Amino acid sequence: MINMKDVYKKYANGVVAANGLNVKIAPGEFVYVVGPSGAGKSTFIKMMYREEKPTSGEIYVDGTNLVTLKNREVPFVRRKIGVVFQDFKLLPKLTVYENVAFAMEVIEAPSDSIRDRVTEVLDLVGLKSKARMLPTELSGGEQQRVSIARSIVNRPKVVIADEPTGNLDPETSWGIMNVFKDINEQLGTTIVMATHNKDIVNRIRHRVIAIEGGLIVRDEAEGVYGYEI
Amino acid sequence: MKFRTIRRHFRESFKTLGRNGWMTFASVSAVTVTLLLVGVFVAIMLNLNKVADDLEHDVEMKVYVELAADEASTTALEDQIRETPGVAEVIYSSRDHELEQMISDFGDDLKLYEQSNPLREAFYVKAANPQQTAKVAQTIDEYPNTYEVVYGEGKVEKLFDFLNFGRTAGLVLILALLFTAMFLISNTIRITIVARKNEIGIMKLVGASNSFVRVPFVLEGIWMGILGSIIPILAVVFGYIEFYDYAEPRLRGEMIQILPPVPFLYIVSGLLFFMGIFIGIWGSFMSVRKFLKV
Ligand SMILES: Nc1ncnc2c1ncn2[C@@H]1O[C@H](COP(=O)(O)OP(=O)(O)O)[C@@H](O)[C@H]1O
Ligand SMILES: [Mg+2]
Repeated sequence: MINMKDVYKKYANGVVAANGLNVKIAPGEFVYVVGPSGAGKSTFIKMMYREEKPTSGEIYVDGTNLVTLKNREVPFVRRKIGVVFQDFKLLPKLTVYENVAFAMEVIEAPSDSIRDRVTEVLDLVGLKSKARMLPTELSGGEQQRVSIARSIVNRPKVVIADEPTGNLDPETSWGIMNVFKDINEQLGTTIVMATHNKDIVNRIRHRVIAIEGGLIVRDEAEGVYGYEI
Repeated sequence: MKFRTIRRHFRESFKTLGRNGWMTFASVSAVTVTLLLVGVFVAIMLNLNKVADDLEHDVEMKVYVELAADEASTTALEDQIRETPGVAEVIYSSRDHELEQMISDFGDDLKLYEQSNPLREAFYVKAANPQQTAKVAQTIDEYPNTYEVVYGEGKVEKLFDFLNFGRTAGLVLILALLFTAMFLISNTIRITIVARKNEIGIMKLVGASNSFVRVPFVLEGIWMGILGSIIPILAVVFGYIEFYDYAEPRLRGEMIQILPPVPFLYIVSGLLFFMGIFIGIWGSFMSVRKFLKV
């Protein structure tokens, strides 16, 4: 599903955030990406949906080479990948329903299928009753659910999440993890999640990729968090 | 782009106008103020231009015929003048008619000349292009049986210089005003779009193509341009009709006339309307372009 070969990323300011990454993630896998702050987790994630382009190396997502991809083709790849952000990135003036529907309008889906599907995923993340509210009227956990609903509404093969529980309290975080678990188990969606949440990584066991200084220092099938903080 | 997407963009562009309340208001106000200026200015300039045309077309030359010329050669001269390139109009005036004119201009004292009229026959000639008067006069002056051509030499050239200067100055002023207007409006629209920079970034991250982001913005710009042109159009239309009703009776019979409201006001309204739309499209397009690279 995702395949990185010798990926190297140097930012304009000289910081090397990826220093030769080699990774294969199979369809249906659930992968945690862990590591200290500044290790390069976000860079790793951002390169998967072309928010950042590697300086060298190859990245394939669902068969598409993201490195040679032309700028105007980028939207088409992003539509196949669901992305969940730590700061939710919801459109502030749109309602919960409209935010989720936006991702389907982008792919020019017919309006009745938008209506059915948006209702369906809002039900899945438990927000059907808040469809008409604005993001600002929701709690952090609820906003993150909207963001997840939006990421899965087009039935992507892979959902990528950068610290989706980073801004949430522990209880809410467990709720969010359950949503990811359902998506992964019931829909077979591949999930790549950068996280700082030790409890979650240790309790819901999945593959763990640990990154430090732009390098993969550990890659374990039923891994643990492995850091003290 | 599918039809339903176009429909979506229209719907979205209307909704955003409302959602961005004060920003819409700021942009529409900027368009209104500038178009109001442009409208008033264009109305003034077009009328000044009309006045200049009237003044120009009032310029004519008077061709005096040799006293010795008989009827046949006078007719021949008239034909020759008519066939001269650049001549638009030739009016014959007999000696008696000339004298009558002079008597009515200078008084009955001149009536004593009715016994033996010392005046010459004349042709009043207008050039198709008034600015060519001097050249045409020179040509006619060469003809046999032309005694003299008079057209207010010197004065006419000064008038033309002045009118040409006025026209150029007016054009430069209108262009400068337009430029300022575009700058003001694109800046206002830019400010409102900078405020939406994050939104544009999010749309792109969710997989929206550039055109998907841009089209609603551009449509929004069109609506703002149209909204912004309403007040200026109404102001210019009603203002001008008022002005015309006041000025027209007072100018009746004068050499200088102002433009009648039709089709003048249709033209100015159309101009303001399309300028509003153009400014709206251009402003949105330029402003949104910067933020699409996500
Ligand atoms: N856009 C950027 N420009 C320059 N340096 C960056 C940028 N993004 C991240 N970095 C740097 O790259 C390194 C890795 O950052 P990041 O991938 O965000 O790490 P993490 O998500 O693991 O905290 C850090 O040193 C960070 O300062
Ligand atoms: Mg990070």
